[in-house]
Amino acid sequence: MRHRSFVLGGALVLLMLCAAALSLVWSPYPPAEIDVANKLQPPSVAHWLGTDVLGRDVASQLLVGARNSIVVGVVAVGIGLGLGVLLGCIAAARRGWVEEVLMRVADFGFAFPALLSAIMLTAIYGPGLLTSIGAIGLFNVPVFLRISRAAARGVWSRDFVLAARACGKGPWRITVEHVLPNIAGVLIVQATIQFAVAILAEAALSYLGLGTQPPQPSWGRMLSEAQTLLFQAPRLAVYPGVAIALSVLGLNLMGDGLRDLLDPRLARQR
Amino acid sequence: MTDALLDVRDLRLHLDTARGRAEALRGLSFTLQAGETLGLIGESGCGKSITALALMGLLPERARLQGSIVFEGRELTTLEDSAMSALRGHRIAMVFQEPMTALNPLHTIGRQVAEPLRLHLGLDAAAARAEALRLLDRVKLPDAARRLDAYPHELSGGQRQRVVIAMALACRPRLLIADEPTTALDASLRREVLALIGEGVREDGMALLLISHDLELMAENVGRMLVMYGGSVVESGPTDEVFRRLSHPYTRRLFAARPRLGMPRGTRLATIPGRVPELADIPPGCPFSDRCGFVADACRAAPPPAFDVGPGHRARCIRLDAVLAAPLTEGLR
Repeated sequence: MRHRSFVLGGALVLLMLCAAALSLVWSPYPPAEIDVANKLQPPSVAHWLGTDVLGRDVASQLLVGARNSIVVGVVAVGIGLGLGVLLGCIAAARRGWVEEVLMRVADFGFAFPALLSAIMLTAIYGPGLLTSIGAIGLFNVPVFLRISRAAARGVWSRDFVLAARACGKGPWRITVEHVLPNIAGVLIVQATIQFAVAILAEAALSYLGLGTQPPQPSWGRMLSEAQTLLFQAPRLAVYPGVAIALSVLGLNLMGDGLRDLLDPRLARQR
Repeated sequence: MTDALLDVRDLRLHLDTARGRAEALRGLSFTLQAGETLGLIGESGCGKSITALALMGLLPERARLQGSIVFEGRELTTLEDSAMSALRGHRIAMVFQEPMTALNPLHTIGRQVAEPLRLHLGLDAAAARAEALRLLDRVKLPDAARRLDAYPHELSGGQRQRVVIAMALACRPRLLIADEPTTALDASLRREVLALIGEGVREDGMALLLISHDLELMAENVGRMLVMYGGSVVESGPTDEVFRRLSHPYTRRLFAARPRLGMPRGTRLATIPGRVPELADIPPGCPFSDRCGFVADACRAAPPPAFDVGPGHRARCIRLDAVLAAPLTEGLR
């Protein structure tokens, strides 16, 4: 394991996971504890990253927020990946009207504004973390459906799939043994991108009051709260911004590395 | 002829192309006995490879097939895909033209050779691996034991083709289809690879359908041959007979066009005038009439019937008398 970007990306992701895990048992202050007397403090020994407009400890909020952001990213991408890839592979394997129907449904999903469907879901199920995860996950399905179907069709037209069919393998077996491993690289890269999109989408929903509900912190909500104070205390936007950027960078690097490591053709460059 | 291993009757294949519906196979018929070797020869686009795909049940979706393919007494054209899958790789196997792409780059050689064994014979992982090793030894893959865990990109083209052959031989199929198995290989490897296929065919008593455009390959490796042009067989017969009396004008042209060692330097290879017509452009009547030096008006009127030339040797040409009377190079420009 000397793949440099994989190690670096893995370290960043591990850091994020550790922060989330740590917040379960310890944070410098309760993240929702309001202390108006000490509002908008610069970083100090007492408050490592300072305090926000209500005097809440920013470091504690970041730690606890990591948890929500990770949950949103993982579950939303998981929903999109699971459903989207399954349907995409079915579309590529079955062709014909099955593919046509699935792709038109995906088009519909794309045409329908994601935010609108999120608002609709919120209207039905009420605002909260679960609803926003569901809405973001649902929005991810057509993304993965399209990309996996396109990549899978490419694999289906390759000679070794014809050879596999000539060996007597059915479409299901070919999908599992030949198509999925060969599109995994594309999917991993797309998943890391969608993870970042999910964190940002959660921020947008929280900003509209449809996502994480106060007093629960999330990086997205911290970012949207900091927006009103961008000129008085820009650092409040910088911390969650850097946290999001680093975790997305980490995931991207790890995804790239994973793709390379899974490909035996690139094994020598490790 | 009902006991033939493979009986293809009046096979017609329509393809929906950009230029409308085209007929890729026009009434193809032949039989193949168990253990027999049959060659299918013709230029690119004459329907050789699509015939192989039709036999395997792997035609593209835009293809419409008519006629009948009976294999081991079963009609394949109406067989469900699951039943066809059970035959593929087990009773009928295929060696592909391009060994560089016929293997999955992400799976090891050993796994890919073992797969048909596990799939069709129900071998467990250890037994399949042992059998895969035996097969790789059989196709003379050097250092086979170590190569079991190698990936395709670590092998040369010739070595990969050995692996592909090992996969095809794995379940001892009754019929082996080899579609231009040596075209992608160096000339020096061709003989060896065909010898491997030939050995497998003889040892296991399987029938071989060898597809090629190479006359010499045919002469050396098959007992009987079919010359295809424009989706139908123009000449057929035992290989010796066909080479002794090249009867169809197209076969003669093909023969004259082959490169030979020892030709004087600067000799131009004979060519067949015109080019292979696109499927949609094949003339009515004799498909070769547009390029034939012996063409008469009657040739363009109706597809010619097959005439007996010798024992088991038939040619579809109404000008046979004129063709056979002429010296071999007659009609060459």
